[in-house]
This record gives sequence, structure tokens and C-alpha cells, in this order.
Amino acid sequence: MKPIIPHRRRFLTAAAGLVGAAVLGGCDRLAGTAFGQRALKLGEDANLYVQRLLLTPASLAREFPESAISAYFKPNGTIDPPDKGYKALAAEGFMSFRLEVGGLVERPQSLSLDEIRALPARTQITRHDCVEGWSSIGKWTGVPLADLLQRAGLKPEARYIVFHCADTMELAGGGLEGQDGEAKGGEAKEGETKEGEEAGTPIRYYESIDLTDAYHPQTILAYAMNGRTLPVEHGAPLRLRLERQLGYKQAKYVMRIEVVDALARFGDGQGGYWEDRGYEWYAGI
Amino acid sequence: MAHASAPATCPGDTIDRAGRRWTFRHPLVIRLAHWINVACLAILLMSGLQIFNAHPALYWGAASTFDSPALAITSDQDAKGDPRGIVMIGDRTFDTTGWLGLSKNAGVLSERAFPSWTTLPAGQDLATGRRWHFLFAWAFVINGMIYLLYGLGSGQLRRRVIPDGDQIRDIGGSIREHLTLHFPEGEEARRYNVLQKLTYLVVVALLLPVMVLAGLAMSPAMDAAFPLLTQVFGGRQSARSVHFIVANLLVLFVIVHVVLVLVSGFWNNMRGMITGWFTIKAGPARANDISGAVR
Repeated sequence: MKPIIPHRRRFLTAAAGLVGAAVLGGCDRLAGTAFGQRALKLGEDANLYVQRLLLTPASLAREFPESAISAYFKPNGTIDPPDKGYKALAAEGFMSFRLEVGGLVERPQSLSLDEIRALPARTQITRHDCVEGWSSIGKWTGVPLADLLQRAGLKPEARYIVFHCADTMELAGGGLEGQDGEAKGGEAKEGETKEGEEAGTPIRYYESIDLTDAYHPQTILAYAMNGRTLPVEHGAPLRLRLERQLGYKQAKYVMRIEVVDALARFGDGQGGYWEDRGYEWYAGI
Repeated sequence: MAHASAPATCPGDTIDRAGRRWTFRHPLVIRLAHWINVACLAILLMSGLQIFNAHPALYWGAASTFDSPALAITSDQDAKGDPRGIVMIGDRTFDTTGWLGLSKNAGVLSERAFPSWTTLPAGQDLATGRRWHFLFAWAFVINGMIYLLYGLGSGQLRRRVIPDGDQIRDIGGSIREHLTLHFPEGEEARRYNVLQKLTYLVVVALLLPVMVLAGLAMSPAMDAAFPLLTQVFGGRQSARSVHFIVANLLVLFVIVHVVLVLVSGFWNNMRGMITGWFTIKAGPARANDISGAVR
């Protein structure tokens, strides 16, 4: 083999190229392109594919003893929905609340909180893992989602479950978080609005999961936390618990469950409020 | 004497017109894996700091004890009421204004744990930071598997990370060489020195695997699939702390590695890792063994 003895200048060029690659200033620009966006999504695709291979429907998230329950469970995201409709419901202890289960189902359901509490319940002490990095442990009691879906009867084309929530995150066109979400028209702030979306329309939290997760035994709609009625800051009257994924998947203030065949027509089409803002739809890691 | 002044001719060596002896040191797979690894680790570190910034505190155990973190990088006000960046480790507080907790972003003081020039993306953007992190975690793992399989199959790995018997016996000599920054020339430069091998062994066999496992242990889905994984780290928050500490150790390794590359013949080292070819100087077996060369 002959040695390759390059000229020193070639070295400088090669070294400069490597340094250039190491200087990651270009990364942000790359991430902004369509190609960059698609490439960056490959990691999530691989995570979903491999973790689904590793997880069986019977793989349960770890359940903890009572002694492990966090003294302080950090409430995150919306902790007091600004919406008038929700405030009215909360003021009367959700007496007139009804959970709607619709979409691609044979028998649409409309259940009061008492009716939901009368169904067979599951209680689990699990760790809540926030995408930010922290964890809190809490005890959740609720109805398994699988039972509700069984009552409603899924149509063959059903693929995803969408959770519609009460809490307004912002107003279309750039309304401020924390403002009264019911305020329509007139109050709209300057900014871009999407086609077919009136400025000032409240953009509410929503989430979606597929049927694999929907039928997992630990996937419940919780109405109690640590043995007491679910507090408003943690999502009263109902919040989703999806124990094998991160916190933002576990929608609070669930008002309506819609069974669908595709996610494209909701929000920006990514399957959830945070997904529409760049977070992974599959949040198993 | 003879072996000290004129290196033995080894198969594969070439002597150029200037009389320099060249040896082929790094096969293509090793060189490619090395540079891909450089890119992966740089992106993983910077996107990792971005992710850390979303909740710049560490804890031990399964869950977070928010009012008593093991480490926190945050900001408060000094005695005069001016904002300052602080690092809190247990009960101790260190002022790190300008670097950690409070630093300038585009000329404006902003409250962020790690400064914008260290994170990917530069601005606060957890969602994009996570996407970079996971994509390049896959690239890092695949690249690492290729390196390990090739290294084990070809015997390259053993040659690079397992010290020879005589090297172990003379570990004191190698420590002296490092302290005086005089490194072996001639025949002895054909193999890595003992401290070098042991360091690479710790990085390849311990730090990098622990890094991957601690990362996976933070995943709620992995925790459900392999409960033991998170438990061996002592819980998810412990795994996160270990991930952070090992990241720091890897940064320390890279700093030492780059410094030693610089002081032990930068061009020869770089040429070696880019083209594979490395020059062997005629000289004593040990740089500090001058008396031996004279005798």
C-alpha cells in the first residue's frame, strides 16, 4: 500500500471543513428547511418503531407503593382554564358535566361523572414524566379507556382516539394565554390567522393516541388523584393517564372523546396542541 | 542501540524520498467512525444542554424533590438587587453570572442555565432540541455498533484499549511522560501508551454505554419494557443525573484528548486520523530514555 502523504494545504482544508461541520451554526438553518424537518423526524419514527417492538400490550409502566407518592406533584400546563363554560362547570362541581364519546363508533355515549364513577375502576400509583425532565409520583383512579370504547363499539375504520379538552391555550391570531377564551371577535390581536379560522377563535388543548395505547390496561380516564376528587389544577373532572408516554400526552380537562380514522383535520394536523408546535406525537422517550 | 535509533521495518511500512518512515495506523472504518462520532457527540452535547435548560435541576431517586435539588442552575438577585446567575450544589451556591444561569444572548442578558452559544438550537426550543438529540442518538448508537463489531472482529479494539503486559509494569514511566508532556517516539510510538489505552477503555466500555443506558432509562416506555433498566440507576431522576454527570466526564475526556493531540504532534495525529498514515520518527524507544540511547 502506498502512503497518502497529502500536502499540508490539503490538510488545512480538510481540518477547516471538519471544524466548519463542528461549528453548528448551520444546524439551525438546516432545521428550518422542509428537508431538515423531515430528517429530524426520523428519530421519532425510529423510537416509535423500536419501542413498539419492545413493548407488548402487557408491558406495564412501573407501579409504586403508597409511600412513594410525591408530597408535591407539580401541576403543569394549564392549571386554571380561562374558559367561561369550564368555570361554570367547575363552580357547580361538574354536576352537569357529560363526557361525550363519538366519531367512528356504533353507539355514541354521553356519560355523567356519577355514571363514570359507577363503572369498574382502576387505581394505579405511577410516575408522571414531564418532557422538561422532572417526575412526580401520584395515585390515579379512573375508568379504563378500553371499557368506554367497548361500550361505544368502534367502527372498523377507527384508528385514533382524539381527546378534546376544555382549556383554551391561546386565541387564533395571537391572543394571550390566560385571557378569557370565550371572548370572540373584536378582541383579536394582530397576527396571522389560518385559512378558515376566525381571528380570536379559541385554540384549545387536544391530544390523540392510537388504538394500541387506547386499549392498554393502564390507559384510564382519571377522576381521582391520591384518593381525592381530581383537583382543577390537575385536570378536573377527567384527565387521561397514558403511563408509558410523557406528560403532555396525558390530556387534562377532557370533555369529548372522538374516534377517528386520521388526525389531519384537527389543529395543524400533527395530533395534538404541543405536536402542532413541534413536539413528538409519539412521546415514549 | 540499534533498535533505538533505527526503527525496525514492519510489513506495511513505507519510507518516502525524504527518508521518513510511514506506518498505516488507522483503517478506514476506524477513521470514519471517529469523525462521525465527533459530529454525533457535538450535536448530542449541545442538544442535551438545550433539553437540560427546560428544567435545569437534578435530583436523586424516582421523582423530583423540587425544593431540594441535588444541583440547580438558576438565577436570583445579589445583595444590591442585581440579577445574577447561580449554580446550587446541595447547600452551596456559586455565582456564575455570564456563564451559567444568567448569560448574554445576542447582547441581552437572559435567564437560561447554559448560555445560547452552547445549545442547539441556540434559542430556547425544547421540541427541536429533542429532535436533534434523538436523531443523533440513533446515529451515535449505529456508528458505535459498527465500530465495536469491526474493532472486535479485526483485533483493532484489543490493540487500542488493552494494555500489553510490559506497559502495565511500566505504568509509572507513562505517568512521568504525561506529566512532562514527552511522548514515546520511534518503535514505542507504534502502539498507544498505557494511560491512553486505559482511558479509551473507560470511555468505550464504560462511559459511552452508561450514557446510552442512562438515556434510555429516562424513557417511560423503556421503563415499562425493561423495569430493571431504570431501577439499576436508582430511578428516573437518578438516571437523568447520571446522564448529566457522564456527559461532563465525556467533555473532560474530549478536552484532554484534544490537548494531547495538540502537544504530541498535531499534524501527524491529524494526518493519521484523516488518511490513516502516521510517521514514525527514528529515535529512542522511550522519549525520556535518553541515557539508553547514548549508552
